Amino acid sequence: MKNTTLLVEHLSASFFTGRGEIKAVNDVSITVPRRSIIGIVGESGCGKSMTARSIMRLLKYPGKIVGGSIRLMGKELTALTDAEMANVRGEEISMIFQEPMTSLNPVMKVGKQVQEAILLHRKITKKEAKEEVLRMFREVGISEPEKRYNCYPHELSGGLRQRIMIAMAMICRPKLLIADEPTTALDVTVEAQILELMKGLRDTVDTSIVLISHNLGVIAEVCDYVYVMYAGQIVEQADTFTLFEDPRHPYTKGLMASVKSLEDKNTVLETIHGTVPNLLELPEGCAFSPRCGEVCENCRQAQSLIEVAPNHLVRCYASKEVQHG
Amino acid sequence: MDKKILLDVQNLKVEYALKGKKKVSAVSDVSLNVYENEILALVGESGCGKSTLGKAMIRLVPPVSGQLYFKGVRIDDLDTKAFMPYRRQMQMIFQDPYACLDPRMSVRDIVAEPLDTYKICESKEATTQRVTELLEAVGLKEDHLYRYAHQFSGGQRQRVGIARAIALNPAFIVCDEPVSALDVSVQNQILNLMKEIKEQYGLTYLFISHDLSVVRFIADRVCVMFLGKLCEIGDTELIYNDPQHPYTKFLLDAIPKADPTQRRASRLLLPGELPSPVDPPAGCRFHTRCPYATAECKNTEPKMKQVKGRMVACHMFD
Repeated sequence: MKNTTLLVEHLSASFFTGRGEIKAVNDVSITVPRRSIIGIVGESGCGKSMTARSIMRLLKYPGKIVGGSIRLMGKELTALTDAEMANVRGEEISMIFQEPMTSLNPVMKVGKQVQEAILLHRKITKKEAKEEVLRMFREVGISEPEKRYNCYPHELSGGLRQRIMIAMAMICRPKLLIADEPTTALDVTVEAQILELMKGLRDTVDTSIVLISHNLGVIAEVCDYVYVMYAGQIVEQADTFTLFEDPRHPYTKGLMASVKSLEDKNTVLETIHGTVPNLLELPEGCAFSPRCGEVCENCRQAQSLIEVAPNHLVRCYASKEVQHG
Repeated sequence: MDKKILLDVQNLKVEYALKGKKKVSAVSDVSLNVYENEILALVGESGCGKSTLGKAMIRLVPPVSGQLYFKGVRIDDLDTKAFMPYRRQMQMIFQDPYACLDPRMSVRDIVAEPLDTYKICESKEATTQRVTELLEAVGLKEDHLYRYAHQFSGGQRQRVGIARAIALNPAFIVCDEPVSALDVSVQNQILNLMKEIKEQYGLTYLFISHDLSVVRFIADRVCVMFLGKLCEIGDTELIYNDPQHPYTKFLLDAIPKADPTQRRASRLLLPGELPSPVDPPAGCRFHTRCPYATAECKNTEPKMKQVKGRMVACHMFD
């Protein structure tokens, strides 16, 4: 277990609304080995962000973790008090968000904001903290760190703001960084810079990363192992190469085909029929069945994850029978 | 091949006023042609002026200078009334399907609005009939007529936006990031629909997007913008297979590939930050980030010239 940074087992989180319980995270298990980048991919509303927030214990009312365990370096996070969890956040596990503008305080200099994070967790002087912040700024590729230290968020570009967020998240050298769509709001050239930066940090700071994205390209570029989520559940998990080469779940296949078919100009694009389901009106059995082209009688029953090859799990009855190709 | 020019844009310049006397020139001195029945994509990063250029081309924002010729007729100096017959030939599809539909109007009223403005149909019944046909053309049903925007998914809303755009049988549609807000699985449905509608109605699109994979699929020609200027314009395959302008090279290399076997050990990373559009660099606007920049690039602005079958604005090819 020494080489596992994060172990999430059977995690479930729900929102209790007037219209019923919404199972946003439904029996999710994730393993993050040390020094790895794990991807969670899925479309809007599939529960990928809620999984991340549950791990951070940042779910807001009426959302609640209803079951399962989250162990960070062997420490059970679900058993911690709020105060204890606040110490873990930022120190051992941190998170960066999609929109760096809304996550930064607009009326505080960015340097101070990052400094605040380290002063909260370390007993050091302000001067030492500032030194540490400037060092971190350099590490995440912020040019002219002294000048940027005194800037306000609105004075910086989107890419620089995201670098500031990463500096803030990394300043205490956490064991785990959760990045929720970190490049979605950025331009492609900046996205490439940020992805390279994250890969570098994994190697130099010894931090494991959970990267959440809807973009299969981003996932393919940096992740070692990928979880595909649909309607609150993991529907397929495999190492990145296997997943892209041999997807087994009809939903994963559909996603891959959607992206791949863009390469051929003269065809009609592959699509997945229908739209992402409403979590309040899920069908019985497999949640993907109404959109699935390979649906059969067995799909009416709830599906469990089946190991089709070592470390390749698929939540589909039919994947048992399908062989390569 | 004999291509007919639909819209001829000459030396278009658009500025936005800032506090004090400062100005941002969002589009500076852009000239380009849009040919009939083509899909011309406008790509570039946020803030490069692509949306402003798109809007200025159909007179949704006023230019500071420059001329627009639509089917040979100068339209930029027409007054509102004289412009009316041209306005109906130019429509727009917006990025955010949640923001571009009035939440208090039924789908029937949203799509009927342009028909009423131009008094296309003789009676209310005829209008409803026409709206129904339009909804069916975009893959919606008659049952959807009296529903409101919030009752639809993102993809369906974008279909309503398309129905509204084609209601007046336009010739030219500016599509500003039409699929960026949609999920991958739904995005392709809308792209297929847009292609189908284009053939059926004989449309011409200006397709503004930052998603370079989508652009490659849909566009006949691509126009690359950087900080209010055009860098490169030409046939899509030509540019994607063999980009000439240094900025185009960086841009295309940055696209993440959905294939882990194509991972590169190192990538071309664009150095530095985007310069401020309030105070753009002199000479070539890309020179502060360009690894090939010379003294000339700092002083003189490059002109568009023919290079390998497309137009490029770079001193490398002088």
